[in-house]
Amino acid sequence: MESEYKLLGGAMVTLALATATLVVLPYMQLSDVEPSPGLKPYTSQQLRGRQVYIENGCVYCHSQQPRGQQQAPDFKRGWGRAPVAGDYFYDHPHLLGTMRTGPDLLNIGARQPSEDWNLGHLYQPRAYTPGSIMPAYPYMFEIKDKAEEGDKVVALPPGYEPPGKVVVAKPEARDLVAYLLALDRTYPVTPPAGLPAGEGGDAEAQPEQGGQQ
Amino acid sequence: MNTTVILLLTFILSVTGLFVFIWSLRHHLFDDNPAAANVIFSEGEIGQIEDPSATAAQRSALQRTVDATHHPITVATDEAAARKELRDRLQADQSSAGVVFVFLSCAIVWLIFASLAGVLSSYKLHEPDFLTQYAWLTFGRTRTLHLNAVAYGWAPMAAFGIALWTLPRLLKTGLIGGRFALLGCMLWNAALIAGLGSIAAGLNDGLEWLEIPWQIDVLFVVGGALIGLPLVFTLQNRKVKHLYVSIWYMGAALFWFPILFLVGNLPGVHFGVEQATMNWWFGHNVLGLFYTPVALASVYYFLPKIIGRPIQSYNLSLIGFWALAFFYGQVGGHHLVGGPVPSWLITLSIVQSMMMIVPVLAFSVNQHLTMRHHFKTLIYSPTLRFIVLGGMMYTLSSIQGSFEALRAINTVTHFTHFTVAHAHLGLYGFFSLVMFGAIYFVMPRVMSWEWPYPRLIAAHFWLVVLGFAVYFIGLSIGGWLQGEAMLDAARPFMDSVRVTIPYLEARTVGGAIMTLGHLVFAFHFIVMALRYGRKRIGPALFHTSRQPVEQAAAVQEV
Repeated sequence: MESEYKLLGGAMVTLALATATLVVLPYMQLSDVEPSPGLKPYTSQQLRGRQVYIENGCVYCHSQQPRGQQQAPDFKRGWGRAPVAGDYFYDHPHLLGTMRTGPDLLNIGARQPSEDWNLGHLYQPRAYTPGSIMPAYPYMFEIKDKAEEGDKVVALPPGYEPPGKVVVAKPEARDLVAYLLALDRTYPVTPPAGLPAGEGGDAEAQPEQGGQQ
Repeated sequence: MNTTVILLLTFILSVTGLFVFIWSLRHHLFDDNPAAANVIFSEGEIGQIEDPSATAAQRSALQRTVDATHHPITVATDEAAARKELRDRLQADQSSAGVVFVFLSCAIVWLIFASLAGVLSSYKLHEPDFLTQYAWLTFGRTRTLHLNAVAYGWAPMAAFGIALWTLPRLLKTGLIGGRFALLGCMLWNAALIAGLGSIAAGLNDGLEWLEIPWQIDVLFVVGGALIGLPLVFTLQNRKVKHLYVSIWYMGAALFWFPILFLVGNLPGVHFGVEQATMNWWFGHNVLGLFYTPVALASVYYFLPKIIGRPIQSYNLSLIGFWALAFFYGQVGGHHLVGGPVPSWLITLSIVQSMMMIVPVLAFSVNQHLTMRHHFKTLIYSPTLRFIVLGGMMYTLSSIQGSFEALRAINTVTHFTHFTVAHAHLGLYGFFSLVMFGAIYFVMPRVMSWEWPYPRLIAAHFWLVVLGFAVYFIGLSIGGWLQGEAMLDAARPFMDSVRVTIPYLEARTVGGAIMTLGHLVFAFHFIVMALRYGRKRIGPALFHTSRQPVEQAAAVQEV
């Protein structure tokens, strides 16, 4: 080829095609998606917690997209049904994730609804799950001689409290846990007309609260 | 999307394909076209090896090896034309030297930073209570620092540096507007420092590959545009008629990247699941439409140059280019197999992922045919070792990637360390190795100075090859076992964690060995920049003088 204009023209056409298929078409197809019935907007505390989730890179080890039952046993593990686009209506930015160094968290709020468990688990994951490789997050907690008024003292399993002291959750830890508890898409959904149910395909599957690991 | 539409689209696509085929035959695109493949050689240069990183002994052995398999080199029929071409090349090399040096120096700094961040992250993954006291040292941030330092530091700095050096040579003119590139380089690095600082502090856009806050991204866009300007100016000023295939890859890549980056970072446009498709359109295209083409361009230039033979099938390389441009852009959806996105999109991406076998084979067959009968040259040329091995890793990682997109395999490997190993095969095994080779070739020209300690080049090579083998093999096995464990409902989730631990440890060991190799490389680079050792070669090898190398060196002192 001897013309740089033809070369760059061709290159731009192929990129335009790629952009059309992976960005523009999904944009058009998904722009009128409504929030799933049963999905609540995040409160401001939950949104702050979501920010903490992003800041600390939780997404690099935890996905938020259980796979359909015919593909993987995610549902049997208690991770929930395959989600639909409407389940992510309030998610800016999306946190679908691509790794499961740890389990999927889209329904962690339904699976582990205890604030104490979640706080303690953030302080020292291995106190609850032996062999876990999740980092501990001591910087989200304060160690005090005794709790003051308004402090949220973390109830840790015996042997994990610092001797003679109490572990108090900082606001960021409480926000994060508020967000985690809000992760609950166990309500039933039906795929909206005209929009495929996504790769999972079993959107109609009625969720059960059971099936914990 | 219903069946009729799909059938109709398939029909239109097939008919278009047929027309393209007829058109390409009419334009003799499938004919042998050695003239175009020869443009990188000057008059009478074919058959003349060139490896600036080799010692005198290696160079003569290299030349003997090539001579042994081919008829003696063509003789320059037009002595004056040959001299002029070499003078032009010398001038092209000198025009870009300063700029290229700055880019490559930055690349090395980011390589070391990224390696250390990578090893630290890897270690933390099996020692989760190590350095947890500080937020900026938590795994989620060090891992992101590693990725961004590679993706926006080492990789683009090396790619820009090599592109800015290669383009004037291929266009047979001086680099024009190098000052813009320097300014762009400063802005880019300032943006990267600010970006890494914000990630460490927790300011983060929350999208993989697009973590750096969009306010800082503005600086990248301006810097990138400034770096692109010399390309435009130099292209306008070119003195060649035919644009060699390397220019296609580099030129397209340098135009593709800004668009990808701009669309990816548009604030307030993307939403929900759509943002996820955009995210992987960007994430995969940065690899496929920026790093990959620059590295392929380097292979297409340096490999024939070193062994002194043109690439075997020039037209195959062009088919490879257009197939890559068309198919690679649409593969990103395979990162969302099983996710809540429209299924037509996933299917499209899987199909295009498989179609990527076309350009990959075009490249691999070409590289193999060009190297055939010349594999012995790998013993003597330190540069070629990196480049050829890198090219092979391209084949391997692309084929692996195509198959990983298939639902049956993806179900096992998705969400596991297998994908991480695959990503490193592409960006490290292929891209980084090729860049190492290219830097070894380029730097003696840039500095007019030979690499002071040839043994360190070999040490670098063997360290990174050994380290990477441990890294890749270990993590692939661990990732596969992890995926199998996760798919077995009878096994608790923790099994999928426990089974990976020895392999995660192996990854740390492999990564540490690779980092050691990088430190050797950086040390050698610094020593060379400070001009230690003897000045043994000049700015360009004059092929017309087939005298002993010492004598040739004396001639080049001019």
